[in-house]
Amino acid sequence: MSEETHTISVQINGRKVKVTVEARMLLSDLLRGELGLTGTHVGCAHGVCGACTVMIDGQTARSCLTFAVQMDGATIETVETLGDNASLNVLQQAFHEKHALQCGFCTPGVLMSATQLLNRNPDPTETEIRRALSGNLCRCTGYVNIIRAVKLAAERMRGLAASSSAHASASRE
Amino acid sequence: MLSPSLRSSRKKPRNDRQEGRPSLKPARFKYIAPSSAEDAVKYLAEYDGDARCLSGGQSLIPLMNFRLLQPAALIDLNKCPGLNYLRQEDDELVIGPMTRQASVEHSDLVRKCCPLISEAMIYLGSPAIRNRGTIGGTLAHADRTAELPAVAVALGAKFLVLGPNGSRTIPAEEFFLGDLTTALQPDEMLREIRFPVSAKSSRSAFVEAGNRHHDLALVGVAVSLSFIDNCISDARIVCHGAGPHPVRLTYAEDALIGKSVAPDLLDEAASQSNLSIEPEGDIHASAQYRSAVLPRLVGRALQRAVSDGVAA
Repeated sequence: MSEETHTISVQINGRKVKVTVEARMLLSDLLRGELGLTGTHVGCAHGVCGACTVMIDGQTARSCLTFAVQMDGATIETVETLGDNASLNVLQQAFHEKHALQCGFCTPGVLMSATQLLNRNPDPTETEIRRALSGNLCRCTGYVNIIRAVKLAAERMRGLAASSSAHASASRE
Repeated sequence: MLSPSLRSSRKKPRNDRQEGRPSLKPARFKYIAPSSAEDAVKYLAEYDGDARCLSGGQSLIPLMNFRLLQPAALIDLNKCPGLNYLRQEDDELVIGPMTRQASVEHSDLVRKCCPLISEAMIYLGSPAIRNRGTIGGTLAHADRTAELPAVAVALGAKFLVLGPNGSRTIPAEEFFLGDLTTALQPDEMLREIRFPVSAKSSRSAFVEAGNRHHDLALVGVAVSLSFIDNCISDARIVCHGAGPHPVRLTYAEDALIGKSVAPDLLDEAASQSNLSIEPEGDIHASAQYRSAVLPRLVGRALQRAVSDGVAA
């Protein structure tokens, strides 16, 4: 029996992609297997570990709990949008400096959850960070350094925001 | 059939997909994206019990990834307009089934109308799950550890259900029948949830015991108390996680009704909790643990409700 397929158009990391998928293909299968975006990791494939977390239309979601066919017209961002080896973004740099990862398997998902937190809340408390990351399991770090890294990133991002707004108001004058 | 991760790595994976491509976790199904709830119900009837509605998918897709569930068709409600809404109509808070859990969690209207719902929302799942998971999905899925069914029973919600022959209304208390089993017929879908707006004088609280904040509830309790003058005129105490569906702890409720609040009274009521339910044991917690923790949770919930408990 030949399998039913659907053609979807989806924007992934700023690139428009038209792709034909089986109905049962998960978004994580599409990203990793079809598009080669292997930054998104698949740990448990049932929504518990959080390693496969991506942004769908600006909101974090589990790519293992979403069918690719549902993503027609959606905008998806994966960990690959954050930065690369040559230029880490502020959050990734903070993870690097604070030793917020060891094996790195959970890190893509943690980064996406932390990105959503910092987009919404530039100055989170430790409790807020822990709640925001409660759906991401890490078996290496014990979380302490992850929380330190998110705090450091928040601090630096606030600093950047303050200096850029100061710069903007100075240049207006 | 074993999921790919369970297969022996020495054997060539049995591929039920095109030769040379990695296999996929869920079994094959037909994907249908109707443009109205009426059409969705028609498809449900057409498949005669072998189709499932796909809302947020945060409970359904795990079951399909394990191939514990292999429906012939999925009817995706995400493309149906008009199922995602949140509004007050007179003395009811009305919620569309496709409303995302995160939007209910952050809604000022919900906090004003039914603070018990707002309080329970952060227990529903991790933030990414709540972004995608829906109100109708968690209610219709009816997991025994789910929070919202208990909240719906505690608040006396009404469920509007759509079938091929029109709609009917089911009170929350009659909706949850057992593990993953509701009063919904195979060709019916949950079309709307109506929560009575909590009275100004009412008090509520939600507490839960679990390993992580959003993780499976081992036991949880939702409490809603109504007052006339300083007297408790109505009490609804609902437990989830200890049995296959939410259970009202009527002995504890009866101990409160008609009385005015005193520390002894709350303790007395909490101690009656296990008269209404014999908590079950499973791999997550023993029956003894649940029996011991339930009265404590009820006591804590009542205390929270009458002291700093959320007021409407």
